[in-house]
This record gives sequence, structure tokens and C-alpha cells, in this order.
Amino acid sequence: MTTARRERPAETGTPIIEVRAISKIYAGGVEALNDISLEVPRGKLTTLLGPSGCGKTTLLKIIAGLIPATSGEVLVSGRPVTGPGPDRAFVFQDFALMPWASVLRNVAFGLELRGVSRSERDEVARRHIAEVGLAGFEDRHPHELSGGMRQRVGLARALAVDADVLLMDEPFSSVDEQTRRKFQEDMLGLLSAHGKTVLFVTHSIEEAVYLSDRIVLLSRRPSRVAQVIEPEIRRGDDPEAIRRHPAYLDTVETIWQGLKRYLD
Amino acid sequence: MKIYGFRVPLMASLIVWIALWEVIGRTGAALVLPPFSSVVERMVEIVPTPTFLKALAMTGEAYLIGNLIAIGIGVPVGVLMGRSVVADRLLLPWVNIFLSAPLSALVPVIMVLFGLGMTTIVLTVVLFAVWIIVLDARAGVRGISPSLVEMARSYGATPLQAFAKIYLWAALPEILAGIRLGCIRAVKGVIIGQLLVSIVGFGHLFEIYFSNFLMEHFWALVLTLFAFAFAIAEGLGYLERRVEYYASSRQQ
Repeated sequence: MTTARRERPAETGTPIIEVRAISKIYAGGVEALNDISLEVPRGKLTTLLGPSGCGKTTLLKIIAGLIPATSGEVLVSGRPVTGPGPDRAFVFQDFALMPWASVLRNVAFGLELRGVSRSERDEVARRHIAEVGLAGFEDRHPHELSGGMRQRVGLARALAVDADVLLMDEPFSSVDEQTRRKFQEDMLGLLSAHGKTVLFVTHSIEEAVYLSDRIVLLSRRPSRVAQVIEPEIRRGDDPEAIRRHPAYLDTVETIWQGLKRYLD
Repeated sequence: MKIYGFRVPLMASLIVWIALWEVIGRTGAALVLPPFSSVVERMVEIVPTPTFLKALAMTGEAYLIGNLIAIGIGVPVGVLMGRSVVADRLLLPWVNIFLSAPLSALVPVIMVLFGLGMTTIVLTVVLFAVWIIVLDARAGVRGISPSLVEMARSYGATPLQAFAKIYLWAALPEILAGIRLGCIRAVKGVIIGQLLVSIVGFGHLFEIYFSNFLMEHFWALVLTLFAFAFAIAEGLGYLERRVEYYASSRQQ
């Protein structure tokens, strides 16, 4: 499944998201982001990594159009972001599922909002539920599922709207360790099969190195881009082999050295 | 409760009080208080009369319409206040004032504006019920998880869709609690409205009984209305308990 990562359209690698000189100062004077510029290549998985409280999530939400930037602009496929749009789908840290709705309705929700007919959106939702490995759980409610399963629902919902870009805000932080690894592998396979561009926020170095084509290292608040790293890791290998590969271990170590100075 | 090893049912204390009432009534010590037994006799007598049934139907109608208006206004306004700081700042002081104000004092104003009829009674019901519904809906919406709100926005929900598909459902337990409290207050509203207007429904009956000093009739009517109010409150409480499972499962 991960081999599909090598077979992308020709445009792969050109920037789909361009962040230009974004600054964010919250009401009250807290400066979260300071003049951040970065590019997210199409069809790749880019990670925002940084010390906790550095404004990674703020940047992700600005790109999502959920909160306005104080200055600067974000372009997605060349168009400036003024609010949420169908070209971006968000995956939330706390899943953000509707507890009163079934898995099927949760996954179909984006399509429901767009006015897609019930039979059509249910069919699309069923397909994506099966893809994330939850076939048979369509009629369950979120409180009947484990944390990992709930996030699979969140991922299926994001895939169902067929956005070009998936914005993922620490999607695995509320998922237990054993489930996480399996989920990460499944997710990589799924995303590359769909050719999605992913911008992924995490505070876990290992997770970032394991998953990413490009890692954007942010400094402490007010954040700037400290470093951009492109781990040279051959995907398609056995996941366990990747985690033992010298390139993987070296990259983890480099990032750790880079981040260490932000810790008191 | 147990007395000398016997289990005494909860409502048994009522028997003591009823016996006391009966005794005082029979001594004739209190002019306004006839014996309980004759009040009950009178109850059986007046409840099936056309005047009573007409008053009941009229009261029921005013109660129902008033509550529907109160819910129809109260829930959207409460949701709006929960979502918009401006609306909240503008309206919250008024809601709090009216929530604790002696509303009966305002009924004469409604009477002057809308006359001595059904409209006034319906509006009195709304006046009594709507504030707590607003306040509870507001509290419910303010308690919605922020990420659920962001989820709706990021998947492109219009404000109307967010209201109908997210806020209303996420705040449902609080909204229902507000509606239950509103319905209980509305019972006061519908009776006080009729008493003050006093030419329609139960207000008219009270007026007739009291001015002719028919104390047995008067107490029979009071007991009947108490029983109705109690039954409504209990019925709503039962409904609310049935939705409660959902409130506990809401915290993911």
C-alpha cells in the first residue's frame, strides 16, 4: 500500500499551499506567530513540528480559514484563503464527532451540508467507512467506539468530502500507543492511494519523521520557521524496518538536537 | 420511613394533614375552610359540569399556544445569545431581570394593550415561560465543545445549518431542561392571567365562587388545579429522564 507513494501525478511537488509572512497576535497581545512563510508541496505529507504551545495549531487553523491571521496571506492552489473551503478538510484532535449521530451520518456530514442527496452521500460514506476499516460499524454511535475508531471516523469524514488538502491537528494524540502505529500505517496507505496533500500537526518527533516527506520545525512562541527537513526515508519498506533505519534514527536525533534548545 | 417496624409509604404524611384539615373544617373554627370531605364531594360534582370543562379547554388551549410561542421564541433567542457576544450583551440583563421579576405586575399592562381575552392569557403564559427557556438554551449552547463548532464551519455549514444541525442538538439536554422549567412556570402564568382577567376560564369560576362565598367550590377548584400542575411537572420530569441517557453519552 505504501508503494503507491512513488506513483503520483506529474504536478506532485509543486506547492499547493503557500503561507506568506503570516503573523498572529491574539487579542490581549499574545504573539503566537511571527512572520511565517512556508510551502506545502502537492501530494506530499508535510508536518508542522514544534515545542508545545508554539502555535502549530494556530497556523493550521489559519490555513483552514477557521481563524483570521493578523497579517500575511495564505494561498491554496493559488487562491487566497478567506474562510473554510471545500478544497480543505480538517481532522480534529478530539475527533469532533456528533455524539447524537451514527457513524454513517458523521462521515456523510460534509456531503449533507453540501446538499448531496441521502442515497448518494450514504453510498460515498459507506465506501470511506470501509476504507478506514470500520465496515459494520455504520449504525453505531461515537460513544460506542474506542478513541482510535473515533478518529478513523474523523478521517473517513475528511476523505468523504474529497478535498485536495487534509489538515490534521494532532490526530493521534488522543489515541493509545498500540492503536496509533497501526493507524499511522493505514493512514499512509490510504492517503497515498488517494493522492492527498496532508498538512499534519504533531509534537511527536518520531511520528513526524516516520510519516513525513517534509518537516517544518517551528521555534518557540512567537514562532518562526526554524528549519525545514526532508527525511530521506524509503517508504514501502516494512514499517518496523523504517523505525530501525539509520536515516530514520539520524533524522530523529537531528530534530531532537534542534528542539532541545527551546526547552528550559 | 418506618414506624414500629411498618413501612410507611412516602405520601402517607398527606393523610395526617388531610385528617387535620377535616377536623379543623368540622369544628367550623375557620370560616374559609370547609371540611376536606365536602371539598372532595364538591370536586366530583363540579369537574364534569360544562362550565368547568369549558374553562379547562380554554386553559389548556392558552397553555399550549403560550408554551409553543415561548419555545419558538425562547430557543432561537437563547441559541443566538450563546453564539453572539453582541446579542448576549444586549439581551442578558433583560432576561435576568424578567427571570426574577414579579411578572404578575405586568399582566395589567398586557390587559390594557390586548384586552380582556384569550390573547392576554396566552401572552401571560409566554411572559412566564420564555425567560428560563432562553437562559437554559443559552447555557446549553455555551457548553458546546468548540471543536464541534469549528467542525461545522470547516465543513462549510451556513449559520442556519449550524443552528439546525449542531447547536440545537448539542444543547438539547439543557434546552429540554429549560422547556420543562418553562412549562412549570407557564402553569402559574395561565392561572394568574385568568385570575387577573377574571372574566374567562378558571378566573371567571374563581370570581363567581369567591364573590358568592362558595368556599367548598373554591377549594375544590384549587385542589384540582394543584393536581393538574403537579401532573404536568411530573410528566415533563419523566420525559426529561428519558432523554438523560443521551446527555451522559454526550461527553465523548
